[in-house]
Amino acid sequence: MAEQTNLEEIFRRMCLIRYFELQVAEAVKGNLTPGPVYLSVGQEAISATISTLTKDFAVFTQHRGHSAYLAYGGDIERLIDELLGLRTGCCGGRGGSPCIQDLDIPMYGHHGLIGENIPLATGYSLASSRPTVAYFGDAASEEDYALATFGFAATHKLPILYVCEDNNLSILTPIDARRKWNVYEVTTAMGLKSMAIEDEPRLILETVSGLLDELPAFVNIWTCRHLWHVGIGTDGPPERDRIAEMRDIVPNAEEIEGEIQARVRELWQRQLQKL
Amino acid sequence: MAKTVAETIKEITRRHLNDNNELLFGQAITAVGWVNNTVPNCKNIVEFPMSDVSNMGIVCGAAIAGKRPMIVIRFQDFLWLNNSTLVNYAAKSKDILGTPTPIFVRALAQENAGCVHSGILHSIFMHMPGFRVCSPMTPKEYEEGWDDFMAHDDPMIVSEHRTSFSSTREFSNTDNEADITLMPISAARFNVDAAIEQLNLEGIKCNVAHVMWLKPLKKDHLLGSLANSRAGLVIDATFEICGAAQSIAYELMLETGKPVKAFGLEDRSVGVSYESRNETPSAEKIVAAVKNILC
Repeated sequence: MAEQTNLEEIFRRMCLIRYFELQVAEAVKGNLTPGPVYLSVGQEAISATISTLTKDFAVFTQHRGHSAYLAYGGDIERLIDELLGLRTGCCGGRGGSPCIQDLDIPMYGHHGLIGENIPLATGYSLASSRPTVAYFGDAASEEDYALATFGFAATHKLPILYVCEDNNLSILTPIDARRKWNVYEVTTAMGLKSMAIEDEPRLILETVSGLLDELPAFVNIWTCRHLWHVGIGTDGPPERDRIAEMRDIVPNAEEIEGEIQARVRELWQRQLQKL
Repeated sequence: MAKTVAETIKEITRRHLNDNNELLFGQAITAVGWVNNTVPNCKNIVEFPMSDVSNMGIVCGAAIAGKRPMIVIRFQDFLWLNNSTLVNYAAKSKDILGTPTPIFVRALAQENAGCVHSGILHSIFMHMPGFRVCSPMTPKEYEEGWDDFMAHDDPMIVSEHRTSFSSTREFSNTDNEADITLMPISAARFNVDAAIEQLNLEGIKCNVAHVMWLKPLKKDHLLGSLANSRAGLVIDATFEICGAAQSIAYELMLETGKPVKAFGLEDRSVGVSYESRNETPSAEKIVAAVKNILC
């Protein structure tokens, strides 16, 4: 029963992210967003699931951070306003899609440099002793400052969970064209408890629950980005869709999905009236 | 007995770490010598690995958590590697995110230490919005810089120079009727006395107005001295081209309409051998530069 409840909540968060991002795409089509947008369509399961396990954590996301922002309960109106470049946005309209934050979570934004949030999260964890989670992509995890930071966290035994949202792409360049090594093997060698799994919610729940007892830890989660690195383009149908899979698992899925879709659309319409 | 600059730095650091329960980061800072005896032996010192590019991000993260961390960059040349998070995050976070990143960056310089240890990089930070930049060379100036850091929430670049560490001296400015006002920065400040002495012997009267604050530029005393002079010369211990001296000279020239020139290191790499050295302008070179302006 508890697992069913968890899965329903995870599905709700996945739907919130999916339908929010699709509304962003509509706004982009209408030339309503003044800056570039980095969408999480297809990758929803990771932050939707882990957020249910790490609700008291400080959160540091990467440039593709709408998913974590929404999964952790970030203020939706302020996120819409940020993407529209309004002063009422979560960064006053100055940061745009890659820099979003909600200090009430607390979720901290950054300047947008890929993987910059990894050392920031680690320093935060060191200074505050607060459990912290950092989300980033497979390309970000290759950054020299990211790799060195993993080692620092292991040395100081910091209460931090690193989550690599591994969509196998840097823009459109796959991992095997970029490197012949796995980040999770490097982090294992550094002393971090490390796992590599698919982005199936039940598997994430089980794996991350175990890792939380052994922080600092690293989890590499293979996922499927549906849209381009930046913007709303696509190169064809995705290999898989976790939301579609969840419809067969969660009772009343269609009802939940419709309710969330309508709510998100209404929020967008209300905020768009500010323009 | 008067405190030296090094003792002042050490005492400020000790207070911050012990009384404020703050953090000091750096590489090899607890090793023998404790960074020219400027680092106290006390709690809350975090040794960094030789991972310059990641380390500054960790310091920024500590600042996000509400700390006012200090970091020691033992040679300013290493700032090139540490720059990324300083420039991209620390300098921008207040403007973009509304989250300040107050970091006290102790950046040490040294004379004649070859191409990897002789650099002075304060000019590049003046170029970027979001930083406060100073170059204190006396105990009181260092205290002033520290008080300013604690009174604001901006990242501060402190361009130190090992030449000053054993000094107890405080400098004075003059605003007499003069032929020229010398405005030295960093280690150049220790070379102007001899230059002025020589110029006086040759009948050239000089004012001196020391430059400690680079950004925001504190210029009232510079303008005061310059007002009573025919010309000015800003002298820095780093490269002249596109540097602090040129920037300050330009600003003063526009404001006063008087000729103000910049003087610094030549536009070539600094080597170890005597013929490849490229040093802070000596008294002799300052004298020659002044004559060139006034002739």
